[in-house]
Amino acid sequence: MDINDLRGISTAFLMIGFIGMCFWAYNSKRKQAFDEAAHLPFADDELNQRTQQEEVGND
Amino acid sequence: MSELNAALEHPTYNYKVVRQFAIMTVVWGIVGMLVGVLIAAQLAWPQLNPGLEWLHFGRLRPLHTNAVIFAFGGCALFATSFYVVQRTCQTRLISDKLAAAVFWGWQLVIVAAAITLPLGLTTSKEYAELEWPIDILITVIWVLYAIVFFGTIAKRKVHHIYVANWFYGAFIIAVAILHILNSMEVPVSLTKSYSVYSGTVDAMVQWWYGHNAVGFFLTAGFLGMMYYFVPKQAERPVYSYRLSIVHFWALVAVYIWAGPHHLHYTALPDWAQSLGMVMSLILLAPSWGGMINGIMTLSGAWHKLRTDPILRFLVVSLSFYGMSTFEGPMMSIKTVNALSHYTDWTIGHVHSGALGWVAMISIGSMYHLIPILFNKERMYSVDLINVHFWMSTIGTVLYIASMWVNGIMQGLMWRAYNQDGTLTYSFVESVAASYPGYVVRVLGGGIFFAGMLVMAYNVYMTTRRDVAAQPVAAASAA
Repeated sequence: MDINDLRGISTAFLMIGFIGMCFWAYNSKRKQAFDEAAHLPFADDELNQRTQQEEVGND
Repeated sequence: MSELNAALEHPTYNYKVVRQFAIMTVVWGIVGMLVGVLIAAQLAWPQLNPGLEWLHFGRLRPLHTNAVIFAFGGCALFATSFYVVQRTCQTRLISDKLAAAVFWGWQLVIVAAAITLPLGLTTSKEYAELEWPIDILITVIWVLYAIVFFGTIAKRKVHHIYVANWFYGAFIIAVAILHILNSMEVPVSLTKSYSVYSGTVDAMVQWWYGHNAVGFFLTAGFLGMMYYFVPKQAERPVYSYRLSIVHFWALVAVYIWAGPHHLHYTALPDWAQSLGMVMSLILLAPSWGGMINGIMTLSGAWHKLRTDPILRFLVVSLSFYGMSTFEGPMMSIKTVNALSHYTDWTIGHVHSGALGWVAMISIGSMYHLIPILFNKERMYSVDLINVHFWMSTIGTVLYIASMWVNGIMQGLMWRAYNQDGTLTYSFVESVAASYPGYVVRVLGGGIFFAGMLVMAYNVYMTTRRDVAAQPVAAASAA
């Protein structure tokens, strides 16, 4: 066992990690949660409008 | 007390700091690009070095790079990250005072850079030229920035941390690590320090830093911008949220290894050079995954490109991103690098990323952001945005095309041998042959710079309360 075995093993671990992450991300169980997350940029109009209104004449 | 209760029941966002950074993005963009045009002109016409040491190319060049990267790009990143983190976490920044300290502190860093670099005070490390007192100031401000950003995420009102914040977060953490490790130096006086690294290790640390300044400052942060402003402007969610997760982890895992491609055929060990080359080639996959994710967000809404110049800015910036992230891996191949390294091709490659990707996505995001920040329906003139779009595009294309021609020509001239083994061309012959390309570069850079002046006028008119927006002419569909 020398440093090169460690290098080989770490490469294999990285590959397993990458494939695992792909499976995690593309698992259909998470579809709904990700769809919700993807809509976050469109979910805060009220706060934005209140900020804009309160700031008029404030600075 | 009633004000406090009102704030708790009806929270608002902190748009003040976003507004300040957004305006300074335009100001520093103009300053940084003006210096760029000046030094480009000095290369074409050396008489423009007027004999004043403060205006010498060697001192103005780091001023240009620091101004466009850290002042223009930095302000754009601060403005958009503070804006996006509030809006996607649906909560106000954790501290208005700390946010203000980040703004004023960063302006102080920029002014300190603008004074010390022309005076010739430099560590001589590329993109990290600032001397040690300024390095410490940067570190302090960066820690405050991280507290404000991650503190705001910690008190978010929604379950999920939106993907743009992941990219901004990676940018903040990685830049902190890079800046601290690369700036390890021993001060010998208030204005002079020496790096703790020496020789090949110094070069490797420097380009580990240098390439990740590209990867995390100029890429990850601006991808955060892409993941918020492209969906917002196209009015539809990102093409694939799952792809964005794979994109994030693949990009941050691979970028950190690509630095050695700056040191091909140097004293750096061969295995490290090859590693840098292979990792750079792998980097094409996450880069293009992200680009495709951004561009495909428009699927079903392509018609908007005909009428919306802001969307055009964003989409063309992604096209330039795709182009330069193809060019980069190709140039990192050792045999290609043998031709391209130390030539103007490298400068062209950097500017296809810096003008085409970083500047254009920032400009597009600012055009989206500024009317919101000043409570206007849209920018003062949509037609002027369109004019700016074409000036930016034409300017970038002239710049990079002239540098491609120059770079390949220089590489071929430098490696040309006669039959007896002597060099065919002297170095100065390759400089003389570069003259037409240098003139075209001044022209392209000048057009890009003039576009920023158009933007400044448009932004100024948008901020004025007493001026109504211009009607949108049908001609903007051109």
